[in-house]
Amino acid sequence: MKRYSAFAIAREALRHHTGWQRAWRSPAPKPRYDVIIIGAGGHGLATAYYLGRNHGIRNVAVLEKGWLGGGNTGRNTTIIRSNYLQDESAAIYEKARSLYETLSQDLNYNIMFSPRGVMMLAQTEHEVRGYRRTAHANRLQGVETRFISPAEVREIAPIIAIDGPRYPVLGALWQPRGGTARHDAVAWGYARACSDMGMDIIQQCEVTAIRQERGRVTGVETTRGTIGCDKLGIIVAGHSGQLAEMAGFRLPIESVALQALVSEPIKPVLDTVVMANTVHGYISQSDKGELVIGGGADGFNNYTQRGSFHHIEETVRALVETFPIISRLKMLRQWGGIVDMTGDRSPIIGRTPLENCFINCGWGTGGFKAIPGSGWAMAATMARGEPDDLAAPFGMERFREGRFIDESVAAGVAH
Amino acid sequence: MLILHCPYCGIHADETELAPGGEAHIRRAGPGSDDTEFENYMFARKNPKGVHFERWRHVHGCGKWFHAARATDTLEVFGTYPAQTTEPPEEILAHIRKRRPDWKGFQG
Ligand SMILES: Cc1cc2nc3c(=O)[nH]c(=O)nc-3n(C[C@H](O)[C@H](O)[C@H](O)COP(=O)(O)OP(=O)(O)OC[C@H]3O[C@@H](n4cnc5c(N)ncnc54)[C@H](O)[C@@H]3O)c2cc1C
Ligand SMILES: [Zn+2]
Repeated sequence: MKRYSAFAIAREALRHHTGWQRAWRSPAPKPRYDVIIIGAGGHGLATAYYLGRNHGIRNVAVLEKGWLGGGNTGRNTTIIRSNYLQDESAAIYEKARSLYETLSQDLNYNIMFSPRGVMMLAQTEHEVRGYRRTAHANRLQGVETRFISPAEVREIAPIIAIDGPRYPVLGALWQPRGGTARHDAVAWGYARACSDMGMDIIQQCEVTAIRQERGRVTGVETTRGTIGCDKLGIIVAGHSGQLAEMAGFRLPIESVALQALVSEPIKPVLDTVVMANTVHGYISQSDKGELVIGGGADGFNNYTQRGSFHHIEETVRALVETFPIISRLKMLRQWGGIVDMTGDRSPIIGRTPLENCFINCGWGTGGFKAIPGSGWAMAATMARGEPDDLAAPFGMERFREGRFIDESVAAGVAH
Repeated sequence: MLILHCPYCGIHADETELAPGGEAHIRRAGPGSDDTEFENYMFARKNPKGVHFERWRHVHGCGKWFHAARATDTLEVFGTYPAQTTEPPEEILAHIRKRRPDWKGFQG
């Protein structure tokens, strides 16, 4: 693989860009691999990458039913933060956030990580207390956050209507090193690095059955034939229930639609990420100038990648109240993704009832920010055959044991 | 937008009038059940991509709970029925089999 660099751009400019290589190969599947990962979203690709980089396991295939990065990884609003309440969450999300800081250099691929700051507005007394508590928890966890005053909110984001009308801004939880990244680039960068290590990324290859013998996984059946493996990782977000059924177990997960939308591009008005959880909306501005907007998830099971219009209406209404200046903007596009929701709003990483079959899912509405940390922990878990420290609290047995990692109390909105 | 027929007040209610209530026909685990039975009852969900039976409540209407048979991969509604039953009525099952000949059938 040729490295990307300023020198490479100059060289290619001189020869009319004829020398760029494909970023990854598109090989035919081999009969077997040491490890098969199902799902070429960010989490699947990051898992493959760290299996190779941290554990020297390179005979790996990543199977994708559509195109890589075409699931939720290419549909999210790219907010990255680690200001969670519970210690287990803070550990894995902060690991992810800190890996994001240098991911462009590590992958030699510009993922456009932009630590522009994330602000979660407190618009009720309850939220003020909640976020102060989170700021204290974050301090103990070593995550840099701060509770800021309405005046500071106004300074950072002048377009916010601080005084209401419905819910005046009483302060905010501020994480200065949170921000955004280019979602496609995260998938593409990991894919390129995996391919460079000799791993096979096989698109248009849907897994239709999971083969097992005496309680142990032996391979998968796909639309491109049967492929054998020693270890299997299921990393398919909204489709986790379907793959779990193939493997013969059930999950504490429901799949629902989450939507987002973008406006026409405008001049820079907002250089940070703002989340307003009470009124259910969040917003940031992309480098192209579009406002990127999201809100709450639908309440019923859905695999159609389209959501209900009244949620869009609710989100837009909330944001127009909070940012009156956007009221005349036209919206360009709207889309949906199918997110995998657990009861405690925390992910599942670990072993499954089927031996040598591992699962990583349940990131729901907020797993983009977690991709590097999740891949790191999942790779360690698959390489060792048992969870590492980051992953251990997130095993699916926590539901049976009543050991929840309750983030549903800590965040009121989908992000 | 999803439109469901409320079997009690008889009107076609749109989604904004209704509240989703999750998987239907879940059997409660009673005293003496073990951890796995409680886990199944409280947390494990079918979450199928295809035919699904769920609970809905007509909150901004008569306020009653009812059940709906729906396809989660197309949003087609097969029918709705009152909640006082442990399994879907035969006419709903027949209709689903007609629409989806390779459906595996209702599993309680
Ligand atoms: C509208 C929206 C906004 C969001 N906003 C944010 C945000 O601001 N910040 C944040 O942190 N998170 C956000 N999220 C959540 C985030 O997008 C997800 O948690 C994350 O992308 C999940 O990544 P993944 O790799 O697990 O899944 P995906 O990217 O969905 O990848 C799973 C892949 O598995 C493939 N697959 C499924 N079944 C099969 C099969 N049988 N065989 C082969 N392949 C299969 C799919 O095609 C898919 O490509 C948002 C999500 C949505 C929908
Ligand atoms: Zn009614």
